[in-house]
Amino acid sequence: MQLKPDPTFYPSATMAMKAPPEKLAYVAMLSIKGQGQHDAMADIDVDPASPTYGKRVGQVEMPQTDDELHHFGWNACSSALCPWAGHPHIERRYLIVPGLRSSRIYVLDTKPDPRNPKVVKVVEGKEVAARSGYSRLHTVHCGPDDIYISALGNGGGKGPGGILRLDHYDFTVKGPWEADRGPQYLAYDFFWHLGHDVMVTSEWGTPDMIEDGLNAELLLAGKYGHQLHFWDLRKRTHVQSIDLGPEYQAVLELRPSHDPNKTYGFVDTVISLKDLSSSIWVWHRDGEKWAVTKVIDIPAEPADEADLPPLLKGFKAVPPLVTDIDLSLDDRFLYVSCWGTGELRQYDVSDPFKPKLTGSVHIGGIVRRGSHPAKPGQKLNGGPQMVEISRDGKRVYFTNSLYRSWDEQFYPDGVKGWMVKLDAAENGGISFDERFFVEFDDRRPHQVRLEGGDASSDSFCFSG
Amino acid sequence: MSRAWVWVALFALGCYHGINPGMGWLFAVAMGLQEKSLRAVFAALPPILIGHLASVAALVAIVGVAQRTLPQNDLRYAAAGVLLVFGVLRLVRARHIRWVGMRVGFSGLVTWSFLMATGHGAGLMLLPFLTGSVGPKDADLRMGMGQAMSIPALPPAQWPLAIAVHTFGYLLIMTATAWLVYDRTGVGILKATWVNFDLVWALALILSGLLILVL
Repeated sequence: MQLKPDPTFYPSATMAMKAPPEKLAYVAMLSIKGQGQHDAMADIDVDPASPTYGKRVGQVEMPQTDDELHHFGWNACSSALCPWAGHPHIERRYLIVPGLRSSRIYVLDTKPDPRNPKVVKVVEGKEVAARSGYSRLHTVHCGPDDIYISALGNGGGKGPGGILRLDHYDFTVKGPWEADRGPQYLAYDFFWHLGHDVMVTSEWGTPDMIEDGLNAELLLAGKYGHQLHFWDLRKRTHVQSIDLGPEYQAVLELRPSHDPNKTYGFVDTVISLKDLSSSIWVWHRDGEKWAVTKVIDIPAEPADEADLPPLLKGFKAVPPLVTDIDLSLDDRFLYVSCWGTGELRQYDVSDPFKPKLTGSVHIGGIVRRGSHPAKPGQKLNGGPQMVEISRDGKRVYFTNSLYRSWDEQFYPDGVKGWMVKLDAAENGGISFDERFFVEFDDRRPHQVRLEGGDASSDSFCFSG
Repeated sequence: MSRAWVWVALFALGCYHGINPGMGWLFAVAMGLQEKSLRAVFAALPPILIGHLASVAALVAIVGVAQRTLPQNDLRYAAAGVLLVFGVLRLVRARHIRWVGMRVGFSGLVTWSFLMATGHGAGLMLLPFLTGSVGPKDADLRMGMGQAMSIPALPPAQWPLAIAVHTFGYLLIMTATAWLVYDRTGVGILKATWVNFDLVWALALILSGLLILVL
């Protein structure tokens, strides 16, 4: 039992920016072949002063197989300081790691040996389904009152998907979050405006729509998710849906402003049926209602048919496939992963309605196959995917694998894993850290979490 | 213990409840930061005060009814038992409430504060100073021990005044702390100063129970 609040908890996002630099990064690694293989959690040394900087220094293999680890999170974070349910003497200690395919929840203890966390609890998918009615677990966020986990499907692998709650003391599944889901059916990501008791959820597809790969028929019919949902976080009821339009397929990552007084956030759509572009939208208040405004369009790049995987050959273009975005803690810079074209962009979003492109690096990509300055001659595949920003906003890490069956479609030669780091200049501009290039031979890296918290792990109840 | 000290203790307990971030001032500060106004901080205090007062008063009323039927010492043993059990429970299984949020109005704050005070046993902590302690046995008295330490019972007619004194201490410290943090230090001081009140609180409950029994 702690006598003082966990030192990694900060009342506000601005205060969290003054946190000391992280020394360790946890990276979910999924097995390359799937089918009976064990996924693992890797530990990367990110302390520039360390002799093992930019190297894997530890890992833990999951005891079960076929998990497809995705967006894991912490058992507790700065939201534990929220005044109405304060419990800041809990430790940020356990990683809550869900299996997107297996629906399992692993609890990893990072305290005894931070470099080699231990699996201390496994909740089987069957139990998750029995207690919550959900399966295919995706995003984990530490809330002020519980741990919240989104799920793509119901217990039977169909819809609706939703959100379940996990007790942050003993990690038992407490049940579904929603009291009234209204018309919401598809699920993917979720996040909130804690200062306004608002939950936002996005849409990808039900398990049967994604597990065998991107289904071109469903895609062309506009069947993947294209809506945003707004909820009353307190009453757990659906308030409003906003349809971005069926041509915007797969509405994924939600990055609300970190300042709890603000009421806007960013969301990406993966592919437009009109021109294969990706887009970034801002949700915001419009009187009593919620509204969305498209603020960034990233076009597809023309390509030689011979360089394209079968799925894209007919289009003679490579789509940007924006599949992750991340917002710095001061709500100033938005990072955008173009997994298809192999580009990571940085936008100044001080004015969320007028983003300014302030930086860009190229690496990997379906056609480009850009290399890293550490190995200039080496062509890389996969592209910028899961991106994470340090709390002070000065360092940006990203990995290159998306989701196994989709990896195979867009990179049929097999994604070879890598993780890189960018240095971000104070007023915009990004560049590769030449000393940081982690290659993965055995597994593929996905979500990154930084020791002590990062720009998408914590939420705050205090402004300023 | 003299009667005067009983009043001091009741006031001090109020101050202690007032300084606990979980009992109200922090929520008031958060309201102020939402509205960016000190006035919002102060506007949040009355409903929080009412909720706390209602919880304490309800508990005292229950004890008031009980003391009409129970012999005085039975009441003391019962109060000590409840304090010890509740304190130990809070020690081994501290939980927080889960249903509120950041957008709360007057009635929401009253309810929240009532639940927080009740869940933490805020009123229970006053019991030793209302019922008095079991007191020294005759044998001890003959040997000249004990009398000075024991807590005298407060006549039930003075219990409303006891609640008032407690509430005054609570309001005073809660208001001062809320003002200080909002206007002067900022919520950053939480990191260093939010000690584990749940732990201290549980120990205080246990201590209160013991006071009744041993003094």
